[in-house]
Amino acid sequence: MKEVVIDSKGIHYKVLNFMIEDAINAGATKIVLENVNGQRFLLDGVNADVELEVHGTAGDDLAAFMNGPRVTVYGNVQDGVGNTMNRGLVVIHGDGRDIVGHSMRGGKIFVKGDVGYRVGIHMKQYEDNYPVVVAGGTAMDFLGEYMAGGVVLILNIGDAPFTGDWVGTGIHGGVIYVRGDVPEFLLGIGAKATDLEASDKKLIKELAEEYGRYFGVDPKPIYESRFTKIVPISHRPYAKMYTDD
Amino acid sequence: MASFPPKFKVLVDKEVCTGCLKCTLQCPFDVHIYDKEGFKASGKDKDERKNFIVRNQENCVACQRCVFTCPVKCIQIEVRPPTYNPHPVWTDAVRRDLKTQSDTGGVLLAAMGNEQPYPSYFDRLVIDACQVTNPSIDPLREPMELRTYLGRKPEKLEFEDNGTSLKTQLAKNLKLETPIMIAHMSYGAISLNAHKSLANAAAEQGTFMGTGEGGLHKDLYHLADSIIVQVASGRFAVHEEYLKTGAAVEIKIGQGAKPGIGGHLPGRKITEPISKTRMIPVGSDALSPAPHHDIYSIEDLSRLIYAIKEATRYKKPVFVKIAAVNNSAPIATGIIRAGADAVVLDGFTAGTGAAPQVIRNNLGIPIEAAIASVDQRLRDEGIRHWGSIIASGSMRSSGDVAKAIALGADAVYIGTASLISLGCTVCKQCFTGKCAWGIATQDPNLTKRLDPEVGARRVSNLIGAWSHELQEILGALGLNSLESLRGNRDRLRGVGLSQTELDVLDVLPAGR
Ligand code: SF4
Ligand code: SF4
Ligand code: SF4
Repeated sequence: MKEVVIDSKGIHYKVLNFMIEDAINAGATKIVLENVNGQRFLLDGVNADVELEVHGTAGDDLAAFMNGPRVTVYGNVQDGVGNTMNRGLVVIHGDGRDIVGHSMRGGKIFVKGDVGYRVGIHMKQYEDNYPVVVAGGTAMDFLGEYMAGGVVLILNIGDAPFTGDWVGTGIHGGVIYVRGDVPEFLLGIGAKATDLEASDKKLIKELAEEYGRYFGVDPKPIYESRFTKIVPISHRPYAKMYTDD
Repeated sequence: MASFPPKFKVLVDKEVCTGCLKCTLQCPFDVHIYDKEGFKASGKDKDERKNFIVRNQENCVACQRCVFTCPVKCIQIEVRPPTYNPHPVWTDAVRRDLKTQSDTGGVLLAAMGNEQPYPSYFDRLVIDACQVTNPSIDPLREPMELRTYLGRKPEKLEFEDNGTSLKTQLAKNLKLETPIMIAHMSYGAISLNAHKSLANAAAEQGTFMGTGEGGLHKDLYHLADSIIVQVASGRFAVHEEYLKTGAAVEIKIGQGAKPGIGGHLPGRKITEPISKTRMIPVGSDALSPAPHHDIYSIEDLSRLIYAIKEATRYKKPVFVKIAAVNNSAPIATGIIRAGADAVVLDGFTAGTGAAPQVIRNNLGIPIEAAIASVDQRLRDEGIRHWGSIIASGSMRSSGDVAKAIALGADAVYIGTASLISLGCTVCKQCFTGKCAWGIATQDPNLTKRLDPEVGARRVSNLIGAWSHELQEILGALGLNSLESLRGNRDRLRGVGLSQTELDVLDVLPAGR
């Protein structure tokens, strides 16, 4: 394993990303970024067998279009982590913000704490590409909006009442699980709450265990709790909208 | 049962008809129906078969497929004279729409461009020519430069001390041998054979084809140097390899035929190969939301532009496409300042495979006004060289192209014109998926009607011919390079335009 350490302090993202590219081209398999302070676009579009460790706050669009690498952030991230990501793993030891996993097609994102608005928006799945977003805390409004595939799991570890409004607005594929209750009035147009089946419980258990491994949390009390499952009412919500259908 | 009278008459000259049944196989709209059982039961001989073809005239869309394929050319399609009691406000078209809509309660879908009779500014602009005092140039003898570079140009050039090599780092530009590119029409909206034809034509003519938002089929990856890949709000097919493969990346914010609204490819059109290319499951609806959910401001747009530039390591120009709307000029400046290498303006007559009719017919502004105002605004702000202007929306001839360029565009996209070149008859049924000419369909029985080699040759012919005509126009203007026509509005004159319109287009009236 070849490890490269870069002190990111005061370095513009463009320069930093070229340094990362150079390191990858030089055969680095692990890159450690110290003192990251909002630099954007880290590992965007990177398709390489490489591990990135970010110390500090990663800027917008971390791992956008990413295809393979593993990223660990010791800090928070800004908007758009995993935007249109195809493959890979992002583990965030902090909070995520808006549009986590926007249009993500594959790979996994684990956030230790809370996530912001429109998380999992337009996530999709395709063949064995199955995107996963897990947050340990809570999520804000429009969770899983326009979702077309994959899974969003909100563990709500602090047990605060879930208040994110418009959950699953326009959802037409995939599934959202929220630990605890999601009152009916918080569901968006096109979304419905249903009972969990054995397969749901199995998936939640696996993902909670994975969460537990990354963040050193005992998953048992989490996955043994009650969850609300939110799915699309229809996979073709707009089928009757046009005169030709 | 439709609640209005048929639009067309299907006339068959029974004297000539041989009863070959070809029309019954060629019409995708179930007009010519062969009553096989009836014929068998009748015990008549083969000569009589022609009398057992019934014709559901109300289904006819005048696509002309049967007319061309009938071996003895005995079919003729005629428009039925208006059948409703005439009324200047409640026209036949209006009444038809109201009735169709009342049948289903749905949004009326339409295909191809705006059908309202708005005046065309192209038709009210004329091009200057040289006489006596400044000689025209013969394009057959003199070199005529159509080559166009799209992308950011440097502020100034700096050279190394040796004086021969360039110090200034040039931004990546697209090199076009002709300013005519093929517009973004998605694989899904059109067939793979259509995509193949267009891509090969673009490659042959040294220009580019846009993928539209449906991705690029693996069979076309070898032509990627002639292809501009699109990133739209649904992010279908958008992945790292796709972004890195194309010659440029275009972010689609809006399109002229349906400004401000998203797209919707119904699940029944997501067949196996389309599913593979778009990377979504077979049969699922492909919903492109109206906005990109990561873009609510110019700052957000800039973020996507740079996310793409980062992902492609600054090797690909990034374009941003918007529908031409009232505020195009300030929006376009924002786009260029956000880092885009070109802004694509799509006018309100631009074509589409499917759009709500009310949107298509009523929203957006003419491309001519958008080009002139965007070009002027970028010049006023001193940033015209930061990015290029690409115009699209019903370019019908090289004359329209020349006028668009004189108004301020660097290059144009042609969509409908290239489809007509492939065989499209503008029957306006693209959204039905039954295109009789194998273009706007995924039905293998129909797509095989389009031979991609023939298609490529035809579209290449068209672009080549328009390019020659552009050279002729340049010659008449006494110019030897397209660059000298760009934004040269002084070489245009307006005919029958109000002073305000002349001001907007920044042209003088003819005679002045
Ligand atoms: S294709 Fe022409 S000749 Fe053949 S059956 Fe039809 S109308 Fe008659
Ligand atoms: S013109 Fe087209 S729609 Fe009409 S009958 Fe012929 S093939 Fe069918
Ligand atoms: S593409 Fe096909 S369906 Fe669409 S207008 Fe042209 S001929 Fe008709």
